[in-house]
Amino acid sequence: MNKLSMFSRRGFIAAATAVAVSTAAFGAMDAKAAEMDEIHFVIPGGAGGGWDGTARGTGEALTKSGLVGTASYENMSGGGGGKAIAYMIEAADRLDNTLMVNSTPIIVRSLTGVFPQSFRDLTPIAAVVAEYAAFAVPADSPYQSFTDVVDAVKADPSSVKFGGGSVRGGMDHIVAAYAVQQGGGDAKQVKYIPYDAGGKAIAGLLSGETEVLSTGLGELLELAKAGQVRILAVTSKERVEAAPDVPSLGELGIDAEFVNWRGYFGSPSLSAEKADAYAAILKDVQATPEWETVRTRNGWEKIYKPRAEFSAFMENQEKVVGDLMRDLGFLK
Amino acid sequence: MLEGIFSGLSTAVMPINLLMVAVGCFAGTFIGMLPGLGPITAIALMIPITYGFDPSTGLILMAGVYYGAIFGGSTSSILINAPGVAGTVATAFDGYPMAQKGQAGKALAIAAYSSFSGGTIAAIFLLVAAPALASVSLSFQSGDYFALMVLGLTAVSAFAGKGQVLKAITMTLFGIMLSTIGTDPAAGVARFTFGSMDLVDGISFLLLAMSTFALSEALLSILRPTKDTRSEEEKALKSLGSMKLSKEEVKIMIPVIGRSSVLGFFTGVLPGAGATIASFLAYGMERNIASAKEKLGFGKGSIRGLAAPETANNAACSGSFVPLLTLGIPGSGTTAVMMGALISYGVQPGPRLFVEQPDVFWSVIISMYIGNIVLLVLNLPLIPYISRLLALPQQLLVPFVLFFSLVGVYLVTFNTMDIHMMVIAAAIAIGLRLLNYPMAPMLLGFILGKMMEENLRRALAISDGSISFLWERPITLVILLISILFLAAPLIGNLRSWLANRKSALPNDGEL
Repeated sequence: MNKLSMFSRRGFIAAATAVAVSTAAFGAMDAKAAEMDEIHFVIPGGAGGGWDGTARGTGEALTKSGLVGTASYENMSGGGGGKAIAYMIEAADRLDNTLMVNSTPIIVRSLTGVFPQSFRDLTPIAAVVAEYAAFAVPADSPYQSFTDVVDAVKADPSSVKFGGGSVRGGMDHIVAAYAVQQGGGDAKQVKYIPYDAGGKAIAGLLSGETEVLSTGLGELLELAKAGQVRILAVTSKERVEAAPDVPSLGELGIDAEFVNWRGYFGSPSLSAEKADAYAAILKDVQATPEWETVRTRNGWEKIYKPRAEFSAFMENQEKVVGDLMRDLGFLK
Repeated sequence: MLEGIFSGLSTAVMPINLLMVAVGCFAGTFIGMLPGLGPITAIALMIPITYGFDPSTGLILMAGVYYGAIFGGSTSSILINAPGVAGTVATAFDGYPMAQKGQAGKALAIAAYSSFSGGTIAAIFLLVAAPALASVSLSFQSGDYFALMVLGLTAVSAFAGKGQVLKAITMTLFGIMLSTIGTDPAAGVARFTFGSMDLVDGISFLLLAMSTFALSEALLSILRPTKDTRSEEEKALKSLGSMKLSKEEVKIMIPVIGRSSVLGFFTGVLPGAGATIASFLAYGMERNIASAKEKLGFGKGSIRGLAAPETANNAACSGSFVPLLTLGIPGSGTTAVMMGALISYGVQPGPRLFVEQPDVFWSVIISMYIGNIVLLVLNLPLIPYISRLLALPQQLLVPFVLFFSLVGVYLVTFNTMDIHMMVIAAAIAIGLRLLNYPMAPMLLGFILGKMMEENLRRALAISDGSISFLWERPITLVILLISILFLAAPLIGNLRSWLANRKSALPNDGEL
């Protein structure tokens, strides 16, 4: 969901809700003692975006289940998330109760130099949800399987244009290039057409100017149900819960798993105990019915990767993405 | 489609939306009435309030403000001969003489009925025309969008007054240049940001609209020496006279309203020609088709002369929603501001709006009917009281507008940099306004420039860098040809008058 472009392209949107600090509406506390009194969420983008939904959804589950007393939110958009990262670092010693939400773009953007910092400058807490990417074609497309697409790219790269909701070298581009490369094609030959949002990329696909769409699975489900597009593959090893009919790249013999995770970071000076406590509470919440409500409502896939595991995961993703971007010529 | 209309209807009659129609109409009437503050200012002031609203609710509020402002402008035109908005300048031609004859109440009533009829008839047109246009435009590709943006930009030649074309084009280019600040849409790298993190997301449209309109208008009104017309106003306000219309008067009005609403609507649909041009055209048309005897009455309190512009300006307001909602090109500065607001709600106006968010699409159209009724109900009985607000001293008003626009922008981002930028932008805007540079083309250039660049670069990427996409698809070609026509029209007009001059200079060549 978090398009690389989402925040950079929507300058004034980003800010959306006038209320940057909206104290939680779910403040009503249970009689039983909460594990933690309060959590303050810093959201690097505007209201209504993917990050915003993740933070507010997590906060809702945390407070409603009584694990946390109150949750408050602060939208801090700017610089593709760089502003919020800079804030977490600059004001570190005041931010013991603060978590920042982020996702795969923090890796892509620090590689491309949108902001100078990386996830290593923060304290990774845990990845909590994920969304897979997927490839779709118009309903009347001649491509029946993603392997057809890869074959077509191999035969005539300019005949297959991939549309996506991120800039060139952004997440949707990388995902497409990765899948083609792992399928035996040349990543550099993937012809990618950037749109400034997933919705516009869909419009482009339906108007016939692109042949294949690379975007988050969530954006495609409704359209596939309405019969406007066919989803050829999802970028997972095995089929996913949200789309049981869609083949995974893994079963097509293409080893190109790509997960757009969303998770939380603490300030760099956060103590290890406090960070572990946050990771624990984010684990506990996943067992609650309140979390299940929020998760199914948003179509999030389950993943939970705390602390060290989260860091290792990001390092691996950074390597995969970095290598690919070097292959594509976006990095030297 | 019927399903869409019903879902729109159910959205439009939600209590919050009904409330917003009423609030919008009232606020618009009030702001529009105040000389100097036009619909753009009125709408810009509303934007921060609408954040966090549902997009349809926000748009309904702004649409209410828009036609409320046009309506309110007529009140000050009639009562004190000081048009609150440009669209009601023509209203003063016959409205003010009527008020001077002691028939102010009647003039206000005629204005109210004409506005109501114009707005309602045009909303019916909108209901029919918009989906038809929207359905053909679904197959639009990037090249077609690019052509559309070009068409939108050619509108500036219509925006500009005589001798202003060059200034309008300059300001459009300035707007396009401002739109390139931020992040490159294709490569995702920062450009023209001077290393400032605050500029990476570009300049916010709200900030620009607020500082170039609300802030600079309020500050300019301090600079402008004002005549003390207070006593005159008091006099006009005290003696409104009867608001009743006779049967004969209604009979005169009906055909005028019919003609002017059609003319107004189609003028509004054309990019660049909004309420102001529509009202002048309607006034001119009525005067041209009037009999020689009736013609003498124009400018001295003619009912036809009052009803025509009042109908046309409200009809044009509704008409201007057609290109905004179906093609995503704003036809005027006012609709450009609305478009900026819509985008900031996450709603992209354009061909796909009709399909993707039918409830937004339809609820706005349906709210226009409701809005027109609200305006009529609100204004007929309340006008004598509302118009007292005209006597509000400027010392109270200006600080209020300054406060509201600065706080409004700050509350969206909580970024102090925005306030600095607003002050600088307002200072530049005041300078440019004093030099007679129009601001609306800049806003148009700013909002269209971004999309024009994106679509051009995408179209080029798709066609491997060849510009053949400009003529390969018939839609693209037709839109571009229309744009050329728009640009050339004033030139052809000039050429004809030049030829006519030559003819009259050489009477013997009359045969040519």
